[in-house]
Amino acid sequence: MLEALSLAYRYTKQHPWIFKNLDLCIAPGEIVGMSGASGLGKTTLAKVLSGYLPPARGNIVIDGRSLPNSGPCPVQLLFQHPELAVNPRWKISKILGEAGEPGIRLLQDLGIKKMWYDRYPHELSGGELQRICIARALSETTRYLICDEITSMLDALSQAHIWKIISGLADSRKLGLLVISHHATLLAKVCSRKVKYFETEKSLPVQTEK
Amino acid sequence: MISLTLDRRTRTLTIIFACLILFSGIFIGAWLYGEKGEITNLTMRKLPPGWGLPFGTDWLGRDMFARTLKGLRISLGIGLSAATCSAFIALVLGLAAATLGKTVDLVITWLVDVGLATPHLVLLILISFACGGGAKGIIIAVAASHWPALTRIIRAEVIQLRSSDYIRLSPRLGRNPLWIARHHLLPHVVPQFLVGLLLLFPHAILHAAGLTFLGFGMSPHTPAIGALLAESMRYLSTGMWWLAVAPGLALVVSVKAFDIIGNNVRALLDPRTLRE
Amino acid sequence: MTLELYVNRNTSMLNICNLSIWFSSYTIGLRYQETRVIRDLDLSLQSGQVMAVIGQSGAGKSLLTGAILGILPRNARIKGRIYFKGELLDQGKLRRLRGREIALIPQSVTSLNPLLRIGVQIARAAQLGGIEKKEVKTTVHRTFERYNLQPTVADSFPFQLSGGMAHRALTATATVGTADLILADEPTSGLDPSTAHEALAHLRELADTGKAVLLITHDVEMALNIADLVAVFCEGTTVEVTDAKHFVGIDKLRHPYTRKLWNALPANGFLKSDISPLSFSGASGCPFHSSCEKKETICSERFPSLQATDQGWVRCHYA
Repeated sequence: MLEALSLAYRYTKQHPWIFKNLDLCIAPGEIVGMSGASGLGKTTLAKVLSGYLPPARGNIVIDGRSLPNSGPCPVQLLFQHPELAVNPRWKISKILGEAGEPGIRLLQDLGIKKMWYDRYPHELSGGELQRICIARALSETTRYLICDEITSMLDALSQAHIWKIISGLADSRKLGLLVISHHATLLAKVCSRKVKYFETEKSLPVQTEK
Repeated sequence: MISLTLDRRTRTLTIIFACLILFSGIFIGAWLYGEKGEITNLTMRKLPPGWGLPFGTDWLGRDMFARTLKGLRISLGIGLSAATCSAFIALVLGLAAATLGKTVDLVITWLVDVGLATPHLVLLILISFACGGGAKGIIIAVAASHWPALTRIIRAEVIQLRSSDYIRLSPRLGRNPLWIARHHLLPHVVPQFLVGLLLLFPHAILHAAGLTFLGFGMSPHTPAIGALLAESMRYLSTGMWWLAVAPGLALVVSVKAFDIIGNNVRALLDPRTLRE
Repeated sequence: MTLELYVNRNTSMLNICNLSIWFSSYTIGLRYQETRVIRDLDLSLQSGQVMAVIGQSGAGKSLLTGAILGILPRNARIKGRIYFKGELLDQGKLRRLRGREIALIPQSVTSLNPLLRIGVQIARAAQLGGIEKKEVKTTVHRTFERYNLQPTVADSFPFQLSGGMAHRALTATATVGTADLILADEPTSGLDPSTAHEALAHLRELADTGKAVLLITHDVEMALNIADLVAVFCEGTTVEVTDAKHFVGIDKLRHPYTRKLWNALPANGFLKSDISPLSFSGASGCPFHSSCEKKETICSERFPSLQATDQGWVRCHYA
């Protein structure tokens, strides 16, 4: 179980709080959706939950243990722009292997072709790159995935394809997912539970059961 | 012209190759001619350029072509070694400023600002004088004053890199800082460094020539290009134009060749244009 | 028969016939290869219409704007004909028309000059867009009102504006001039629903005043709100052109790719639909013949041209 307890974050002491007293929990195999207006802190929350930013207050616990400082993090973040999440000077094969070689089964499920290995990121499409980022993020130690608008830049077929794979993997590997998206219909179809984000002084996400 | 019909990559490589041949020609030629430029021949004094004497002779009858070649070799040698030292200083300082924390960054940035604000020629003269002149003095002077601009570039590149998404996620995938520096940062920094180094050569060579011209460098007998130009000043009014034009032109052409190589290497190394 | 014969060239605002674009790139060392990215693309747009070009994400759709404006990268080779208001376009004509009669709304707000104030940028766009110098001030003022931008915005720099305001300013730079054909490249990408609706509403408004709008987007549901026609793009070519109204159900959609696309939308089948990637066949014949139920020998031999049906046009031998 991933638990965020009384999380609070602001950039520096001079900045206003982006969120305060935020509680969130995600169970293994559960897909939680989060929507809300732009620019209010959803991506910041995603970064705090996956260990990119340290929370100003509160903490994040996975099965009783806090996030590790070194070594692969069990919470992985997937970005909206896959072309920014890969080193443009690396070949695809190197990008895939950054977290350790992904399993053959996983690569097959994601439809990643061997002929891409020799190419550079700018030679692949957004959908293909996003699938590579997913393969990279799903190492053996990953338990939770945070998907920050991962298909909003993709066409309908790639989008459906990716969500089918991810929800399948969440099921088979018992991964907990937090899906951030504007797309209400998408969240309704993919998620088992939704969390709505408000921008108030004491940001308390209101849980709505589905 | 071949440049119109060849594709871009071939053209770039051809240009680089042509420049490299030019340089080898200079060094090999200087070696082949040996000390010919020192031989005085008073029966062949003050001859303008002609057959067998492409750059004419000077007031002591010395073959200007041989002297220019040797001078070019000396000047290029000094310039290249000084520029290389400078580039490595820039690499170390740039990386340090970008990765070792705020205080180090502050100190190095301040040094860069001081280096850029000081009048360049004054600094060069002071340092070469303080180091006792000669080739050693010039090399130290040029090396110690050309690193600020490249340091800034490398520092900016590394700072920008460190804030990119793919470098920030690397530790989350389990990689340690040394691995990240070697595999993520280095491939980006090396091309910048290489191009910066190549483009530093023209500056270094010209400044070394400038120093020898002003007389702060070598003994007047070594025909460094600057010295050749300085000597020729006296004879220009008597109409011996080839004494200045020949070494001057040679210097300009070699410096420009480095500039061309630098720009073409930069075009080759960018992965986006790599395949175009 | 091709699209060209169906549409009266003289009444169309934009007519693209058999457009093909190749890119040459280096493989190893000095060898390079040419890849065809767009193949035999046909498109026709009338004034007052909004046509949404939807389909596969990738280099194809955005190249269309580059091709129409004549600003493709150096290593691109282009074949085919583009007619604007009945005239065949070439580089010379494009130099005159670019920005004045054909305008582009770029994808991201980073296209705004970060060093110039918004008022200055829009005024400059107006001038370059064909407005007389003395009319510029009033035109800019009117544009500001139309897009609900406060006068204070004119003195602001792009970074001082919110996302929505910056987007409206960006749209204004393209529409302030006299352009009759507006190309919008992914105008809603990265925007939240309300700003996206607003952006699209502006485009609809433009079409209602008689301009033609070519909307390139991967966001099908949003586009259907304002589009009159939809052109479906796949494997570098238009496979179907149909009325936007036909997108309410799968029965009016003819091409297998369009049907798959419709099914894959979150509001429809989505995860339950058949979204296995279509296998695309080799160079000759229809690219989809290996995954089509209706295939015959001709399908693997000849590349089909756009055929007219009562719902629109389909690139199929059996429309």
